Amino acid sequence: MSLLSWYVACIQALLILGLAPLLIGWVRRVRAFLQNRRGAPVFQPYLDLYKLMLKETRVGHTASPLFRAAPYAIFVSTWLAAATVPLIALDLPTAWIADIIALVGLLALGRFFLALAGMDVGTAFGGMGASREMLVSALAEPAMLMAIFTLAMTAHSTNLVSVMESHLADGFILRPSYLFAFFALILVALAECGRIPIDNPTTHLELTMIHEAMLLEYTGHHLALMELAAWIKLLLYGVLLANVFLPWGVGQGLDPLTLGRGLGILILKLAILGVALAVGETVLAKMRLFRVPLFLNLAFLLALLGLLSHVILEVGS
Amino acid sequence: MSGLTLTLFAPLLGGLTLVWLRPLGLAGWFNLGVSGLTLVGSLWLAKTVAQKGILVESIAGMGFRIDAFNVYLVVLTAFVGFTTAIFSRPYMRHVCASGKISPASLRLYHSLYQAFMLTMLLALTTDNLGILWVAIEGATLATVLLVSLYRTPEAVEAAWKYFILCSVGIALALFGTVLTYFAAQHVLADPAAGLSWSALYSQAQMLNPTVMRIAFVFLLVGYGTKVGLVPMHQWLPDAHSEGPTPMSAVLSGLLLNVALYAVVRLKMLVDGSLAQTQTPQLAGILLMGFGMVSFLVAGLFLHRQRDIKRMFSYSSIEHMGLMTFAFGLGGSLATFGALLHMLVHSLTKSAIFVTVGHATHIAGTQAIDRIRGLIRTQPAVGWSLLIAVAAIAGFPPFGIFASEFLLLTATMQSQPWLTLALLSGLGIAFAGLFRYLHPMVYGQPPEGQQAVPANMIPVLIHLGLVLWLGLAIPEFLAQWLDRATQLITGTHLL
Amino acid sequence: MTLNALTLLQQFLILLAGLSLFVSFILIAQPRLVAAIHSFAWQGVLVSALTLTAAMTNQAPPLYFSAGLTLVLKGLFIPWLLHRLALRLGLEGHSETLRWPELVLLAGVFLVIFSYWLVEPMVERELIFTRNIIAVSLAVVLLGFLMMVFRTQAVAQVLGFMSMENGLFLAAVSATTGMPMVVELGVAFDVLVAAVLFGVFFFQIRESIDSLDVDRLNRLAETPDVEPMLSEEIGE
Repeated sequence: MSLLSWYVACIQALLILGLAPLLIGWVRRVRAFLQNRRGAPVFQPYLDLYKLMLKETRVGHTASPLFRAAPYAIFVSTWLAAATVPLIALDLPTAWIADIIALVGLLALGRFFLALAGMDVGTAFGGMGASREMLVSALAEPAMLMAIFTLAMTAHSTNLVSVMESHLADGFILRPSYLFAFFALILVALAECGRIPIDNPTTHLELTMIHEAMLLEYTGHHLALMELAAWIKLLLYGVLLANVFLPWGVGQGLDPLTLGRGLGILILKLAILGVALAVGETVLAKMRLFRVPLFLNLAFLLALLGLLSHVILEVGS
Repeated sequence: MSGLTLTLFAPLLGGLTLVWLRPLGLAGWFNLGVSGLTLVGSLWLAKTVAQKGILVESIAGMGFRIDAFNVYLVVLTAFVGFTTAIFSRPYMRHVCASGKISPASLRLYHSLYQAFMLTMLLALTTDNLGILWVAIEGATLATVLLVSLYRTPEAVEAAWKYFILCSVGIALALFGTVLTYFAAQHVLADPAAGLSWSALYSQAQMLNPTVMRIAFVFLLVGYGTKVGLVPMHQWLPDAHSEGPTPMSAVLSGLLLNVALYAVVRLKMLVDGSLAQTQTPQLAGILLMGFGMVSFLVAGLFLHRQRDIKRMFSYSSIEHMGLMTFAFGLGGSLATFGALLHMLVHSLTKSAIFVTVGHATHIAGTQAIDRIRGLIRTQPAVGWSLLIAVAAIAGFPPFGIFASEFLLLTATMQSQPWLTLALLSGLGIAFAGLFRYLHPMVYGQPPEGQQAVPANMIPVLIHLGLVLWLGLAIPEFLAQWLDRATQLITGTHLL
Repeated sequence: MTLNALTLLQQFLILLAGLSLFVSFILIAQPRLVAAIHSFAWQGVLVSALTLTAAMTNQAPPLYFSAGLTLVLKGLFIPWLLHRLALRLGLEGHSETLRWPELVLLAGVFLVIFSYWLVEPMVERELIFTRNIIAVSLAVVLLGFLMMVFRTQAVAQVLGFMSMENGLFLAAVSATTGMPMVVELGVAFDVLVAAVLFGVFFFQIRESIDSLDVDRLNRLAETPDVEPMLSEEIGE
């Protein structure tokens, strides 16, 4: 492992921080356009973060030290999880931690702290949000694992880099299992990132919110970290969908040209995904909470069918 | 023009004509005439086959194969169709006159009667397993509207059950047929002939046994639904009890036979395919299992009936179970007995349903506990019912005694322990039938019960034939059945 | 043999088979009748497209005809007929309460595994690449069967039956290069007549029990007891 590859790994990690607000800004912009609003500029999320950082950070008098620590834990675990996903280059020294199960575990760790922080202050909304968040994630996680196992079975490895490499080596193949897993992962991503139709990220209507309910007590840089972590999560799922299922464009070398091309193609893929998300959120309405299990059952079914169709249709003796 | 074309085209054209035939009085006679013509055609066909041995013919691209096995069933089908048409003409006119059905329904009845006969005869004569499936499914489609003809809630329910269960069963049979075709693809020189039974039979030992084993399970469940094997029998008592009585007679006397015929034909293929494997008897064992269960369960259910037609439909299940068991047992004696049993059971059971039709007409109900004193009201009907039930229960000197005796002997030879089960099953069924029969025939008739104009000729012919077959099987028929036995098992009995 | 060895068209065929299976699950889980009819139409279109693709990859001209037949019958006519019947019966907004939806889906998954287990030994030494689809087609047949068992609404049961037929068409195409023409026509004719007869029965059933919930067809039993029926009437 050369020093250069470590540099690239660091750049990639920083790139995540840079791209996450951009993606959310882009999605909001497109949504505004679709809803015939003028909307904020694409770079508005950066400004929001900057503003939050400058503001005073207040903490409720019933809060425990956990409440203060949680934003850091959530941010770091989410960021670490995102950093394991190959963004623009494949053969990096971080490749050996780019394990899918580790990724799910890191995300679960972040969620654990999020739910704890939500309940910590003792307000009704925080607890309600936490319990709903756990409901959604308890249903979404099996579906996600199942979808990921489909990928892993094709590549005979749970390492994201090997999955992508084997996919690149095979060339373009129409796999029913990938199609099912892809759609299952989209549904899981919608649920996990709190997008419509599971949760509405722009609402502050008490009865329907899930993610926002847990952030209500946070201010200042705590809130900035929480928001950034949520955006990173969206980026993470976007990159998973874009890079694992369609890995073409991810650089297989470390020279600046390959990396630059990788970045360009990644931004293009994310832009397209962002448009799709915005269109979806404009067309769909939010579901009642009691219908969420149905939605995630569908995701689980899709993932399971992906696994089965891999076994039945794609493996020959 | 040949016997085969006459046999097939008479019901086809007759059915089409009957859709349009306006004068209703004529329709019954026309129906009878067409059935008579079919019978003539079938006899002609039988004569040709008797001379040639096996008749292979092709009409409009469809292959037909008539050998000793199916030709006697063709004659039986045409014969029962004819005698039932004799009974059905006045019976259905009476039903129509009583306002239970509309004239349009009567026209539909006659037309579908011929359509049903066509599908039966087509299923029997065709050489193509696909056409066999199409014809047996067609038989469901032709009869399902007849079952719901009276439009009572019970009749609609029975028809719906019949439709759904048989359609599902037959869909599974089509899957089995596809698998058979799949197995044939790699064996036959001309894959397009892969559904021809003759071609498959000649190459049976080459068919992939794994595929054929799975295919046979699907085929047995599928066609077994039509045979009325337990536990796929649920539709049968309902359809028999709620449909018009002539329909019950032909369903019980013909449809079940044809479905069993299909199962036996397919068993022959599977036996050939499995001959070299670890489980050469698999098909036979499956048939024996299903047959024995149906036989015993139906015998027990006979005791719980309140509807006279329902009771006799359970008796049909019982006898179909017995035949299935016998075909599963294999060997020339059992097969000969089963073939004879098919014949005598059809004749007796259709005679019973015709008599029951008159009995319910007299009593005005199908409820067993309200049918009383038939012999006093109308001795012809009462005595016919008594004799016919005695025949179906296996009393000597009727034909069923002879065939059941053969079956018991065959069982004693190869599976002695099962004889016990067979004997007790026969006893249970016998008790079930006579438990209800006695008051119906001898009891005190209710006030004002009157005789009805009854046409007992078909019953007399059928019972006479059954008696004759019990006393002495004519030489030509014995030869015939022996040749069929030889076709199925490979060995002669006589 | 893995997917890598196949041409893109053949991969597409396998993809279509996977999607047909998925539509079967949608059919089972879809409580709204009209939406279920539309899903069924999609399944017909998928099977027809699969047949067409098989015709192109196997160079089997009769399959073109069979693809057209499937499209007209399963993709267009029967859905249209059922949709029209649903409208005439006033069922356009009908939504059925499914019993144990999760359990049924789970049972469906087990049926898929069962079909694979059943079919697997017999295809291991076979030649054509569509062999894997036989398991899928059997699964579609069994899922249709499952739907008929768990749905109590008459139209939904018919959808299950027709979906079974889709599975059978799929089996005929994937296991062999299509059935002989005369059989294909006969089967199609039977399906057509069955569809029309089912339509007749919807009206007969509604006339007799004033509903299409076939669970209420329960007059015929082994010993038709009079008492429960009476108490039911009093209860109402």
